[in-house]
Amino acid sequence: MSQRQVLQVFEQYQKSRMQFVQTVAELASRPQNIETLQNAGVMSLLRPLLLDVVPTIQQTAALALGRLASYNDDLAEAVVKGEILPQLVYSLAEQNRFYKKAAAFVLRAVAKHSPQLAQAVVDCGALDALVVSLEDFDPGVKEAAAWALDYIACHNGELSQAVVDAGAVPLLVLCIQEPELAVKRIAASALNDIAKHSPELAQTVVDAGAIAHLAQMILNPDAKLKRQVFSALSQISKHSVDLAEMVVEAEVFPAVLTSLKDPDEHVRKNATTLIREIAKHTPELSQMIVNAGGVAAVIDYLGDSRGNVRLSGIMMLGYVAAHSENLAMAVIVSKGVPQLAICLAEETEDHIRSATAWALGQIGRHSPEHARAVAMANVLPRLLAFYMDAQSSDDLQAKAKKALKSILQKCTYVPALEPLLHEAPSNILKHVICQFSKVLLHDSKARRLFVTSGGLKKVQEIKAEPGSLLQEYINSINNCFPEEIVRCRAVCVLLRRKPSYHVSCGTGTVKLLGKQF
Amino acid sequence: MARLEWLQRQIEGIKEEHVIENREHSAAVRLQSWFRGCQVRARLRLLHRKATIIQKVWRGFRARNQFRQMVKKAYFVMKMNFYNEMAIRIQRRWRGYYVRKYIHNYYALKRYLEGLTIKNEQVRKDLEEFAELQRREMERLAREREGQRKCLQAQRLHFLLSTEQCPGVFNSPYRDFPHEMELRLRSIKPLLAKNAPLRRDSGGSPACSLPPVPSKKPQGPFRDPAEVLQQRYRPLEPTLRVATSITALEEAREELRREEWRSRVIDDIFQPFSNAHKNRKYERTLHGTSSYEQVDYGTKYFREENKEKRQGEKLLFFSLGLSQNHPGARVHSPIHVVQLLGQREQSTVLTCVTRSRGS
Repeated sequence: MSQRQVLQVFEQYQKSRMQFVQTVAELASRPQNIETLQNAGVMSLLRPLLLDVVPTIQQTAALALGRLASYNDDLAEAVVKGEILPQLVYSLAEQNRFYKKAAAFVLRAVAKHSPQLAQAVVDCGALDALVVSLEDFDPGVKEAAAWALDYIACHNGELSQAVVDAGAVPLLVLCIQEPELAVKRIAASALNDIAKHSPELAQTVVDAGAIAHLAQMILNPDAKLKRQVFSALSQISKHSVDLAEMVVEAEVFPAVLTSLKDPDEHVRKNATTLIREIAKHTPELSQMIVNAGGVAAVIDYLGDSRGNVRLSGIMMLGYVAAHSENLAMAVIVSKGVPQLAICLAEETEDHIRSATAWALGQIGRHSPEHARAVAMANVLPRLLAFYMDAQSSDDLQAKAKKALKSILQKCTYVPALEPLLHEAPSNILKHVICQFSKVLLHDSKARRLFVTSGGLKKVQEIKAEPGSLLQEYINSINNCFPEEIVRCRAVCVLLRRKPSYHVSCGTGTVKLLGKQF
Repeated sequence: MARLEWLQRQIEGIKEEHVIENREHSAAVRLQSWFRGCQVRARLRLLHRKATIIQKVWRGFRARNQFRQMVKKAYFVMKMNFYNEMAIRIQRRWRGYYVRKYIHNYYALKRYLEGLTIKNEQVRKDLEEFAELQRREMERLAREREGQRKCLQAQRLHFLLSTEQCPGVFNSPYRDFPHEMELRLRSIKPLLAKNAPLRRDSGGSPACSLPPVPSKKPQGPFRDPAEVLQQRYRPLEPTLRVATSITALEEAREELRREEWRSRVIDDIFQPFSNAHKNRKYERTLHGTSSYEQVDYGTKYFREENKEKRQGEKLLFFSLGLSQNHPGARVHSPIHVVQLLGQREQSTVLTCVTRSRGS
């Protein structure tokens, strides 16, 4: 055979290899084909192609492997078991940028499924190679390496610590300053996932100078970048007061408030989460946020949004109000209570309802003025309904009960207490009667209203053990009224006459009241 | 007798005298004792009086002292109460002032809350404006993109422009005024095919594709325009030789070398048989280059052996020897020998037979 014919055989083989690998890569990009590919044994066929002579075939084989591994964790485990990872890690240091991108893609596809697979990736020595490729010139390589580090670090604290020990954090902070948007996004996301696990890791991220750059990027118009930036800042600030103060010193307020009106929903949610994480630590930080007008902005945000994204806004209001009564009054003045009442009415998810109940309890527990503001928003019957409803979760019932009790201990607003008198169970009724006994001692108009609205009758109907607190309160209420009325009411109750008799009895008692008082 | 009577009269007389004496004595004693009693009583009375006077004076002195003390104490208590009252008044004023000014300053709080309301309004207004600006910006961008898209569409459909003779699709004679598309068509310049922006594929063929317009075959010796276009715009199909770069061979060699280096386990290259390597010293494998002696265990034998302890072999040899000497007996095959022996010895016999076979 002539030389050309011999060479033609080789050319044909190379062409067919190239075609195979390209078709497999394309098929692997659609999820419905992957089962068939797996059954056909594509892993064992792709493995030798990774070591192929032609670089394009290597890259396409790596790309196909990456797509397969990212589909589900069985395939990722097969990649790990097939000892492909050391090969990839080695070539990550050596090859051209396309291969580096493809190799980093495979590493990320394997590491994203579970901590064990990520640990396997780390055990192959991938971290050093990835950190070296973070310093590469090509932004695509940087993005792929940062993405792989992100997926490794997102699982748990030990893996994040391993990533940090490999020296990734300063390079990621450098990557944030790159002009390309994709690299910025991924670097911000990687810092986010590193900082979220523990305060020490967050401190490491802060020590590398990340906060200043993240704060600069708040004004960037790209929505996905802003999501990651806000998420990263909130993960940093959630751990301790010092970190939160450092985030505040980077002058993120009031720029964060403008992001609350961003068209993208997730940007708004993450901005609210950041405000919540800062507000929850100390009263001074909450005061600073209130002075910057943050409470009004968050209340508007609650009005505009629906569903699960409201949760962080509600919790932020609760945290602010919990610190001191001045801050709670600030929340009330900013018209927070009607908005929270609307949230309580509109939302159907139990965890959002329990968060709203908790926030209302924190607002109303400080003083009678606060309790009055909360009671006037017609919130107490709804809280009672949640507490009594058997279908609410335990958490919702507990929080509704606690909120109700803490508001009732300070509430002196009689029109709100009246409906509770008729509907409440005995443990709540105790507090209601206690409040009535305090109010009725001094207010004559309230006494008149109490009798005419049938409250006194209801009080007579309550059975309490003699000597208990409830009996004492009932006695003190009965002492506020003259004997005849009390007896008349008691007789009415005992006889259980028709309503018309009650009415006449009521007017009779009013006349009596008019004479007496 | 008379003397006795005289004596008796004497005795009686003496008795009377004694009685009278006694009577007088006791009377005198009585009088004296009464008088003495009076004297003593008078003396005691005097003493009592004197003692009472002394006690009276002393008690008065003591009581006056005590009274003085009581007065002093009462005065002191009165003073202290007064001071306390005044101090309470001062403290009350001070506490009220301090709490109202520093702890819970109602008016400052009120002012703060009013200021906060104003600030909130301000912030809300600013955020509304910002949102409005953003919305308008996005609308403007959307409108611009829409305008560009329509412009592009008009440029592509420039041939639908109406002429003098023939009204176009968008300029129907039944309309009052031309359609906006018509006006746009009039205003734009036609697009050259090579400058047209790439149309992005919307994932498969569009839902409603029109049937192909039947083209009139042009008159004359013209080839089919499809053929011409195909020939003119035939895509380049370079051979593999053209497609591979000029340094592909060197690169491939480099690659091979690297591959070799990567996957090689032994550092020295396997050279094919040639004269230059005739005198090469043979390198033993790691397995064979142990500094320790190569033990027979594993090659010569692999089981523990204790030949002295084994009884079965001697028995076997002994029995075989006997059977040979015995005139009536035949030399059985080993299998028969084994069967003759008991169960327990069979295993030992088997082992020694196999071992003898193996060694």
